[in-house]
Amino acid sequence: MLDTLRTLMLTFLHAFQRRVTVQYPEEQPYLPPRYRGRIILSRDPDGEERCVSCNLCAVACPVDCISLQKAEQDGRWYPEYFRINFSRCIFCGFCEEACPTYAIQLTPDFEMSEYARPNLVYEKDDLLISGTGKYPDYSFWRVAGVPIPGKERGESAHERPPVDLHSLLP
Amino acid sequence: MITIRIDGRDCPSRPDINLLHACLEAGANLPYFCWHPELGSVGACRQCAVTQFSGPEDKTGRIVMACMTPVSDGAIVSIDDAGAKEFREGVIEWMMVSHPHDCPVCEEGGECHLQDMTVMTGHNTRRYRFTKRTHRSQNLGPFVKHEMNRCIACYRCVRFYRDYAGGDDLAVFGSHDNVWFGRAEDGTLENPFSGNLAEICPTGVFTDKPFSGVYSRKWDLRGAPSVCVHCAVGCNTIVNAREETVRRILNRYNEDVNRYVLCDRGRFGHGFVSASSRIRAPLRIIDGQRIAVPTQDAMTQFARMAANGAVVGIASSRASLETCFSLRMLVGADCFSTGQTEQEQSCAELAHTLLGQHPGRLPTLHEMESADAVLILGEDVCATAPRLGLSLRQSVRQPAFHAADATKVPRWMDAAVRTLGTECASGLFVLTPAPTDLDSIAGETRRAAPDDIARLGFAIAHRIDAGAPDVPDLTEEDALLADRIATALMAAKEPLIVSGMQYGSPALMRAASGIAAALAGRTPMAGLSLVLPDCNSMGLAMLGGLTLESVMMKARSGGIGTLVVVENDLTRRLDPASLAELMEAVRSVVIIDHSMTPLCQDATLVLPAAAFSEYSGTLVSQEGRAQRFFQAVYAAAPVQASWRWIQALARSRNGQETGEKPDTGTRPAATGLTGWRTLDDVLAALAWEFPALAGAVKTAPDAAYRLENQKLRSQTYRASGRTVIRSHISVRDQPPPASPDTPFSSSMEGAYTTDMPSPLVPGFQVPSWNSVQALNRFQQEIGGSMRGGPSGVRLFADRTHENGNPTQYSYSADIPEPFTPRNDAVLVLPETRLFGSEELSMLSPPVAARAAPASLRVSARNSASADAGAASASAGADATPRASVTLHLTDGPHVLPAEPLPGLPDGIVLCPSHMVAPGFVFPRLAHLTFAAPEGDRS
Repeated sequence: MLDTLRTLMLTFLHAFQRRVTVQYPEEQPYLPPRYRGRIILSRDPDGEERCVSCNLCAVACPVDCISLQKAEQDGRWYPEYFRINFSRCIFCGFCEEACPTYAIQLTPDFEMSEYARPNLVYEKDDLLISGTGKYPDYSFWRVAGVPIPGKERGESAHERPPVDLHSLLP
Repeated sequence: MITIRIDGRDCPSRPDINLLHACLEAGANLPYFCWHPELGSVGACRQCAVTQFSGPEDKTGRIVMACMTPVSDGAIVSIDDAGAKEFREGVIEWMMVSHPHDCPVCEEGGECHLQDMTVMTGHNTRRYRFTKRTHRSQNLGPFVKHEMNRCIACYRCVRFYRDYAGGDDLAVFGSHDNVWFGRAEDGTLENPFSGNLAEICPTGVFTDKPFSGVYSRKWDLRGAPSVCVHCAVGCNTIVNAREETVRRILNRYNEDVNRYVLCDRGRFGHGFVSASSRIRAPLRIIDGQRIAVPTQDAMTQFARMAANGAVVGIASSRASLETCFSLRMLVGADCFSTGQTEQEQSCAELAHTLLGQHPGRLPTLHEMESADAVLILGEDVCATAPRLGLSLRQSVRQPAFHAADATKVPRWMDAAVRTLGTECASGLFVLTPAPTDLDSIAGETRRAAPDDIARLGFAIAHRIDAGAPDVPDLTEEDALLADRIATALMAAKEPLIVSGMQYGSPALMRAASGIAAALAGRTPMAGLSLVLPDCNSMGLAMLGGLTLESVMMKARSGGIGTLVVVENDLTRRLDPASLAELMEAVRSVVIIDHSMTPLCQDATLVLPAAAFSEYSGTLVSQEGRAQRFFQAVYAAAPVQASWRWIQALARSRNGQETGEKPDTGTRPAATGLTGWRTLDDVLAALAWEFPALAGAVKTAPDAAYRLENQKLRSQTYRASGRTVIRSHISVRDQPPPASPDTPFSSSMEGAYTTDMPSPLVPGFQVPSWNSVQALNRFQQEIGGSMRGGPSGVRLFADRTHENGNPTQYSYSADIPEPFTPRNDAVLVLPETRLFGSEELSMLSPPVAARAAPASLRVSARNSASADAGAASASAGADATPRASVTLHLTDGPHVLPAEPLPGLPDGIVLCPSHMVAPGFVFPRLAHLTFAAPEGDRS
């Protein structure tokens, strides 16, 4: 009898404790900025695509779910297509680690469920966002030695103007 | 054999090499930049420092540059010694001081020797905080991309380009740490071997420009061993493909043939396989319209055609051996044509006969490099067989090597040997109608008409062997020249005679063969090499068949119902009138080809064949070397190998007649055309029918070959994108395509070792060595034979060692009359161009961009009369007019700009026949009239 009452009391007491159930989706959980969710391609501070299609994300991917093709415009490399098969992706974040330009980033968004698998194949249009993501200041092209429109040879970070070959001075 | 001790490990080595060479051969990881097995040592980069100890008691040692130190027996060296390691790390840190932050956007990334070496030395943190020096870059034309910021000043490029390949428009400028490699003025790199800079350059200064347009990292590229199809030399290549498109061609080392170097036509000529001129579906011509039809319809139509008159097959010298053979099986020997004109076929067959009879040596390209006297008889090898021309260029260095041996300078000490070489006489004699690229290094040159050169050749043969017929009425000048050349050839240990069929002259080839045979009486090392026009000209000559003229005869008599033309553009072989007549005389024409040719307009049915990158087959090079090329791309149906189309034709025809016929018991089961399943069946049948070609079977391991119980992988172990690359088409995983004809798996699964059979090496990569320099690990001795054995099978017997039983050689007494210039007509010779003359490479955009416009090259006297004509026509005009000239051929006048060519004999003009009159047979006499350009008349 006493045991029964004790059990009832404990049960009623739980009614006054803090709830563990999260009312998802009405209530969204907090995810830290470095959470490894949906992959995006970011843009540099100038608003241009950051991806230079170096293929390092693709080769780092343990499930081989990234594929892209290099194209070039005035010395600037960019991906002609950039495709991620999210039905294969394991969200390990290796691609982000491999990326030398901070282009590919994992975001705290995981709401990607689909009824049809082909819808999980994301093309560049689906991946490219208009911001810089987690790294607001970095621009690969300001550092790389390759000249692009708006940045002549020798104008990159830590560069001297091109050598005058006719000079024999030291 | 000697022994050296590397870090306490005793390694067998060889004398006459340097320490770096020895360490690499011993399998050690020693970084280097400026050394190259083909270029020797100059000690420019200071990267290969090792510590050498004077004896077992010496604990301190001294740092030496391994590439500049000869190997000595019992030498004790240490690569891991702390001092040497620190030195190497310091050197690479200096190199990286100004190296730009480019790797992600550099085409060399992933196969960069500088990346490999930086990792190898252990340099990983940048300490230099100041600014980097930058350089301007140039546009070097359609082949090579230039990015000078990445340069580490190893000097390999200029040493290759100037010293090895004989170019003069790439040089080093500037001083101290500002040295700059490029052209004095912006413009296209002229040398025909400029594309090799992409492989020679250890970093990303020179990269492959067409490849950059369809770029993919090395680890993503599927590789397949292949053979170049753009001339008859048979250079070995690697075809790199991704997403079922060809991305680039790389050199594949073959000890005997191309070694480390490919010509630009071979490297950049592959564009035709992805050009818009490709045929992708069977086409029927209905009311002048080309309509794509299903394969089944096409086959039904062929069956209808085959029932309506005899079927005659026309093969091609650019089709594989298997294709030509299966066509012969389809139509029978009586109806099989080689698809060559009388002139071409008789020359090719003569070349086959002469090489078969030659009592001396039939040298490989590598053996040609050690020839100490070379006579080129009427062939511009730099245009018709560029890689062979490069080998001859190396042969000129033999006297320098002998001088170096005499002064005890090692042969790999490049700068010293080249300095010695400047004072050595050249043993190269060039007798051609027109100037060639080799003239600048030749001992003597002579410009004359082909007949006159042949006469000179016969005279030389007579001077070497009195048994050879003498030439009457030789001019005194020619007699003296013949004396000099004969003396030089007789004094040589390894003389070599090179000729070919560029000018369609059997007399030239007979003369060359005569000299070589005469020399063979003195030394068994006397070599003969004959240049042929197409990649399978020799294979076709060994098969034999009707000429196009015989096919015309057959057609005229109404004996042809259907013509099956395989990979042959007859508009390049028959003049328009004859072609029209032939097309008129046959009821229907079936064309099997990979590219749309002008001939397709006249076809009833066009079937899409696979290009060289899409199937496997065998080609026979001009030196009789049968070599296998393998499939790199799995083309979408209905594109398939030509021999499979021919098989399909046979099946549809048999189905129409009697149904499937059982094979007769006397032959191997697989000899029936319709019964073949794989390439190996075709080859078995070929060996049965043509015992002379039986060697072609052993060219490469068959499809059942397994290494470590596995197929061979054709992708790298780290190929990316497997689960996504075609998911925009279907997200479901597809099995990798199967390759029934080869031992390759199309995926990354399979075996890959450094001692795999060398005809099957799909690419070069070993741990720590991701660049093409990984090749070192695949070689028994660096610069020597491959670990996996030789690649290719020589089909001609080597008679070098038959000294005791010399074959009786009968000299040809068919000496042509001397050429006399005529007033009413000129002798039009075909001008073969490196870029332009070859059919397939011209469908490749970068090569087409290098092709010069058509012009008629005229001699100085003709040019003077042209100028006079032009001057009179444009009297009063201010600007100097460029004369134009009208060439009258049977199909009407051809107006061309005239360009004087210094040295061209009188009465001869050179005509780029591939552009002006592709169907005409040259040389021929034609009438020429001069006129001022039309623009000047206004």
